[in-house]
Amino acid sequence: MTSYGGSGARRLAGLAALAVVPTAVLGVFFVLPVTGMVSRGFVTDGALDLGGVLEVLGRPRTRRVLWFTVWSSAVATTIAVLLGLPAAYATHRLRWPGRRVVRACLLVPFVLPTVVVGVAFRQLLGEAGPLGFLGLDGTARAIIAGLVFFNVAVVVRGVGAAWESLDARPGEAAAALGASPAQVFRTVTWPQLRPAVVSSASVVFLFCATAFGVVLTLGGLRYASVETEIYLLTVQRLDLQAAAALSVVQLLAVTALLLLAARLRAVPDATVTRRAPTPRRPRRADTVPLVLTVLVLAFVALPVLALVTGSLRPDDSWSLEAYRALSGRGSAPGQGGTALLVPVTEALVTSLRTAVDATWMALLLGGLLALLLTRRSRSRTERRVRSVLDGLFMLPLGVSAVTLGFGFLITLDEPPLDLRDSPLLIPLAQALVALPLVVRTLVPVLSGVDDRLRQAAASLGAGPVRALVTVDLPVVWKPLLAAGGFAFAVSLGEFGATSFLARPDDPTLPVVIFRLIGRPGPLNDEMAMAASVVLAGTTALVMLLVERLRVPSVGAL
Amino acid sequence: MTVSGVLGALLLTSCSLIGTGDDDSAADPSTGTSGGAEAGGPVVLVTHDSFSLPKKLIKQFEADTGYELELRSNGDAGSMTSQLVLNVDNPLGDVAFGVDNTFAGRALEAGVFAPYRGEWPAGVEDFALPGDDEGVLTPVDNGDVCVNVDTAWFDAEGLEPPQTLEDLTDPAYEDLFVTSGATTSSPGFAFLLATIAAYGEDWPTYWEDLLDNGAKVVPGWEDAYFVDFTAGGGGARPIVLSYDSSPAFTTTDDGSETTTAALLETCFEQVEYVGVLAGAENPAGAQAVVDWMLTPEVQAALPDSMYVFPVVDGVELPEAWAEFAPRPEEPLAVDAAEIDENRDAWLTEWQDLVSR
Repeated sequence: MTSYGGSGARRLAGLAALAVVPTAVLGVFFVLPVTGMVSRGFVTDGALDLGGVLEVLGRPRTRRVLWFTVWSSAVATTIAVLLGLPAAYATHRLRWPGRRVVRACLLVPFVLPTVVVGVAFRQLLGEAGPLGFLGLDGTARAIIAGLVFFNVAVVVRGVGAAWESLDARPGEAAAALGASPAQVFRTVTWPQLRPAVVSSASVVFLFCATAFGVVLTLGGLRYASVETEIYLLTVQRLDLQAAAALSVVQLLAVTALLLLAARLRAVPDATVTRRAPTPRRPRRADTVPLVLTVLVLAFVALPVLALVTGSLRPDDSWSLEAYRALSGRGSAPGQGGTALLVPVTEALVTSLRTAVDATWMALLLGGLLALLLTRRSRSRTERRVRSVLDGLFMLPLGVSAVTLGFGFLITLDEPPLDLRDSPLLIPLAQALVALPLVVRTLVPVLSGVDDRLRQAAASLGAGPVRALVTVDLPVVWKPLLAAGGFAFAVSLGEFGATSFLARPDDPTLPVVIFRLIGRPGPLNDEMAMAASVVLAGTTALVMLLVERLRVPSVGAL
Repeated sequence: MTVSGVLGALLLTSCSLIGTGDDDSAADPSTGTSGGAEAGGPVVLVTHDSFSLPKKLIKQFEADTGYELELRSNGDAGSMTSQLVLNVDNPLGDVAFGVDNTFAGRALEAGVFAPYRGEWPAGVEDFALPGDDEGVLTPVDNGDVCVNVDTAWFDAEGLEPPQTLEDLTDPAYEDLFVTSGATTSSPGFAFLLATIAAYGEDWPTYWEDLLDNGAKVVPGWEDAYFVDFTAGGGGARPIVLSYDSSPAFTTTDDGSETTTAALLETCFEQVEYVGVLAGAENPAGAQAVVDWMLTPEVQAALPDSMYVFPVVDGVELPEAWAEFAPRPEEPLAVDAAEIDENRDAWLTEWQDLVSR
């Protein structure tokens, strides 16, 4: 760490020690499985076969799939940022009754299982649905709406966490000197906010580009993204060559995106004065962001309301039957049906337990990484190593869950790494998915800390740990909570990797919901919706609790 | 320091609070294993994510044989088969259940299973996989994928419901049919096979007619049934692809009749198999599982647990099934080896047809 009194070698050793745990985890649980899977596709009969891979890339279908992935994700990201910014402002800078609840609610979609939301969306948009007249069912616009629905929370939380503690005084000074609100935003706020916005946008883009359930359910079969295509190629056709080709393209594209994001994120002077959050009452000029926030909330609430209604109306009359059935194992009570091996309530406990584990893993790994990435580099090589690490840990977001899941099974199958049965596998896989969110939330804030404060602490005799606790922690505390909340939410809602790894007698809630909705038994559909509502409610509750935590030491600076 | 203290305490309490629940449930299943007659050790059953059987039966199996049954699931039947093939040199477990006749060819070709044939009760032989010369797969259950109609809707409209695959291309039924996709759902692929069995090489022409007549293709069975089907979730289409057992779930409140019917001339039969994995660590345990799947208790539990019909003769069906779910006499069929050989070509051609 920043032990400025120590020699250069000691400093580097300290940095390396920080890096060793996250790098080892990433190596074993990401690099190894993915290379294992990809190399299966590149090697035919013991020889490297690049011609076959190139042939796959030349297929018109492959090009169509790639193009659709890129443009739909780009459009969805743009919309999510445009909608998310005003909502981040309104829920983090302004003080009004209910803003904490709204903040928690906005995060709900993020954890909802895509299968069920897909069905809820389609019940709204379908031929017989209340919004059927829009004719959106099975169109690209429906897919984009779904992607925005799931991801707008990332912008609200990610940008909000950074915006919240920005010092308002420079802006106020500019305003006092006659700058219009737009000018203040452009010249004062935006430069300070840009790293956080670019961070969130790149995460959203990655989520969109690797979305699976949304594209499949809402796009019908007309549209395919790289992710759905890899799934079909791997699972249905066992065409590993084509799947590997697409995986590599996916990896390259993600790497290119990350490089671009790193460039956009960089600001001449990252140092930002941060203060304890002082939200103020809305003024007249705040009407626009407030109205937009309400619209975002409505957009997010609509499918959720459809879910709630659906869960309360088995047999077309209002009843709590579906909720009462959650402690059972599927199918109508009294018919002796057992669609599930465990009751839904038990799956909820499994989900919560897994989420707690995934959260501390993600915070630990992400915290170490964020520290590592934000120390001031002493040499060009050091800076290079840092930016490589930075990008490396974003990659898990950009890789298909199918590739990773299958890769786990074929590479982690021999001692000493016989982990196919390890109970740690699921929380670790989820932590890897949440890791980029944690890092991206913490890094903009930590890099905004004036390094001179740390130097001052060191010169006053504080050791590296003490300096960390007194300088960095007070600033990073809130974003750390936000990141923890995110990791928790990601874990609660994660389906892709979990569905490959969960044991049938110990499934998580999204896995159970998926099973319920795919089975023909009576009430199973309503139970799936009821379980989704429970999942959504649990998330909102956890988020509210996180919001409620007040920390006295914040603002000690 | 208080800050990190709070965080640490929070994490610790939440871990331990939730952790206690884990200990209880973890201790639970192990209690049944002590009374076994022979020491068997663990036997790992690889299965798909739709696997379900009453816990009581699993405990009974463990008590009777002394084996501990460990379940491992890896996605749906297709995903499971792919993983079995990929891991053929280092199998995921001892025994696998859930490979069906549409995927069996792939598994046999790759040598996933080892030969084993126990005592087959009457009826099982009828479902044996043609082409399984080594005798590696034991049939466990079956079900038919059939076009279903909302008879109540057709009565109200005063329209005669369709009967055959050919009827679905009749303009009288324009825009009324919804099916799940062959590339994205197992019943969808079964329906494609049904049309291939019925029309042979002309199946693309049939599909063109079907799509021209407004057939809607959605990704999953749940989309078709719960969103678009009139009798499932208030959709707009009264003809849907589902199963021959589905009418048993659409009975009226008094249970006296059902409001939907399966078109028995449109059915494709799906059979699920169990087999001992080649290279199993516990082959004896694996064989015990295979035998267990054919016991009267497991066979009788299949309809309620996995929504499929037993293969053993004389097993009693749930009342609604017996009454409202008639079976097709001669379902459409395609040879497993032929499926394996042509799957990619068929799916590619089908995909081109529907995304045109």
